[in-house]
Amino acid sequence: MNILRAALLLLLCSAPLAQAAAPARVVGLGGPVTEIIYALGAGERLVGADASSIYPAEAHRLPKVGYYRSFSIEGVASLKPDLVLASEDSGPLHALEQLRRLGSLVVILPSAPTLEALDQRIMGVAKALDIEPRGAALVQKLHADLRAVRPSPAKPRVLLISSHTGRLQGAGDDTAAAAMLKLMDARNVLAGQRGYKPLSAEAAVALRPEVIVTGRMSVDASGGLDAFLAQPGLAATPAARSRRVVVMDDLLLLGFGPRLPEALRLLDAGFSTQAVAR
Amino acid sequence: MQQVAVSPAAAVRPRFRAGPGAVFVALCILLALMALGSAGSGALDIPRTQLLPVLLSMPGSDEALMWRNILIEVRLPRIALGLVAGAGLALAGAVMQALFRNPLAEPGLMGISLGGATGAVAAIVLGVGSMLGVASAAFAGSLAATALVYRLGTRRPGVANLLLAGVAINALCASIVGFFTFQASDVQLRNLTFWNMGSLAGANWTMLAWLAPLVAVLSALLLRDWRAMNALLLGEREAQHLGFDLKRLRRRLVVLTALLVGPLVAVTGSIGFVGLVVPHLIRLPLGADHRWLLPNCLAGGAIALTLADWFARLAVIPAELPIGIVTSLVGGPFLLWMLSRRKD
Repeated sequence: MNILRAALLLLLCSAPLAQAAAPARVVGLGGPVTEIIYALGAGERLVGADASSIYPAEAHRLPKVGYYRSFSIEGVASLKPDLVLASEDSGPLHALEQLRRLGSLVVILPSAPTLEALDQRIMGVAKALDIEPRGAALVQKLHADLRAVRPSPAKPRVLLISSHTGRLQGAGDDTAAAAMLKLMDARNVLAGQRGYKPLSAEAAVALRPEVIVTGRMSVDASGGLDAFLAQPGLAATPAARSRRVVVMDDLLLLGFGPRLPEALRLLDAGFSTQAVAR
Repeated sequence: MQQVAVSPAAAVRPRFRAGPGAVFVALCILLALMALGSAGSGALDIPRTQLLPVLLSMPGSDEALMWRNILIEVRLPRIALGLVAGAGLALAGAVMQALFRNPLAEPGLMGISLGGATGAVAAIVLGVGSMLGVASAAFAGSLAATALVYRLGTRRPGVANLLLAGVAINALCASIVGFFTFQASDVQLRNLTFWNMGSLAGANWTMLAWLAPLVAVLSALLLRDWRAMNALLLGEREAQHLGFDLKRLRRRLVVLTALLVGPLVAVTGSIGFVGLVVPHLIRLPLGADHRWLLPNCLAGGAIALTLADWFARLAVIPAELPIGIVTSLVGGPFLLWMLSRRKD
């Protein structure tokens, strides 16, 4: 009975809260969401984020509440946020619901790697932060920048690799990286596979990729670019032999965020030239 | 490999004497203190003097309301789940040690926890959404694992044989879990991640409303069999001569422990070693008389998991550790120590 009463009281209290001043203490769950908060110039309102919030550099200084898929409920609550902006993949199950019951406003943002979802992410964050004009401006600028990216006619065979633990994982459809290739009209050699799956060395060779795209963390995890390319399976590919590798900031590759035009330009540079990665 | 049937006199003789009732009372007092300590600390600072006041009366200030909500929504369900799961796992461990007549029997090592996890993971990936469905699948998985480990592990006497059966079942279950994980969609993976190391973070009152009565009823049923478990200490044939229907007893204990472990694993993931360490620690003062061992294991297991979760919540604020890491940190060395003490 007491719990019910508390819940009712919370509801009554939170209604006026939501209409009060713009949220001043914000927690971002999910790297792409945190990046958007900074892109909208509202980074100073962040009081915490999750471990995947690695861009921009300032985000490293925030208290970290664990990985967004298994964040600590009490850890978030202890930062006393009035607003939690969470990627829809945040977990554990019911955790966002519990945060709501604790009195924070929780706004869940779509995580799909599509342009529509990206617009919704930006506008959702802007609306929650009460800075909608800035959101609209960012969306407009983003689309203008995207129109300015003219993919070169070169359409190499691309292999998307993530390997944080020493095992090669290849990205198939339904991943942010593959979605970017689609925007470029490039060919993902793993098209048809769903999500990230362990990639066998033999399959990697048989797919004959001409360009390899990977995240900075994957290269660092294998101990530098040379070691990365020397991995069995990659070493024998045309891409490794001609050293055509595009190495990106991981959130740029996986986030499908406001830096999408930059990511596409990087990819395009890697596709169009016979550029050699150093 | 030798028979490890300890002589009953030696088995029942305690290391140092203590009245069984006194131990139980001491454990319960300790448990209350632990639960209170755990409730009073976490990522958010709640003054200990305020714990009861904010729970008992509707707080006036915003801050007190926040404390109250954290306690009711997050900390208390977690502590309650820790009590229930710890008690259940420790009891399951003690019962299995009696059933297999083997000091190293434990749900985790035997593959019964992972068997339950396999059932639960299969249910999640095949699209069974309801908690009841997942818990039922976990029970089916743990029952299959228990039956299998019993078949394989009791063919020949000896500790090693049973452990090998456990290793085999763990390997088999791990591969099945791996296969389902490979098939899982991103959304399903979110529900699977916490299986790896176990966590009490998913605790909520709805879950506890069915889990706590389940564990209570099963514990009561298992406690009723203390005489049979004492008889098993003497050996299977001796137990039969004493008039226990061994076949039915075995079947009952296997089903009850599977019913206990499966659903627990379904909500907390795999938390290892509680069922191994706690019964052994309880035997030190009390000896092996199941009449006292079993209820004390309930209290001891509850203490162990409460402590482990307390540590897990405080170690890396504002994040938290998976509780399975904490229990393995204590349990792994304990198992090594036990193995090194064995005289084969």
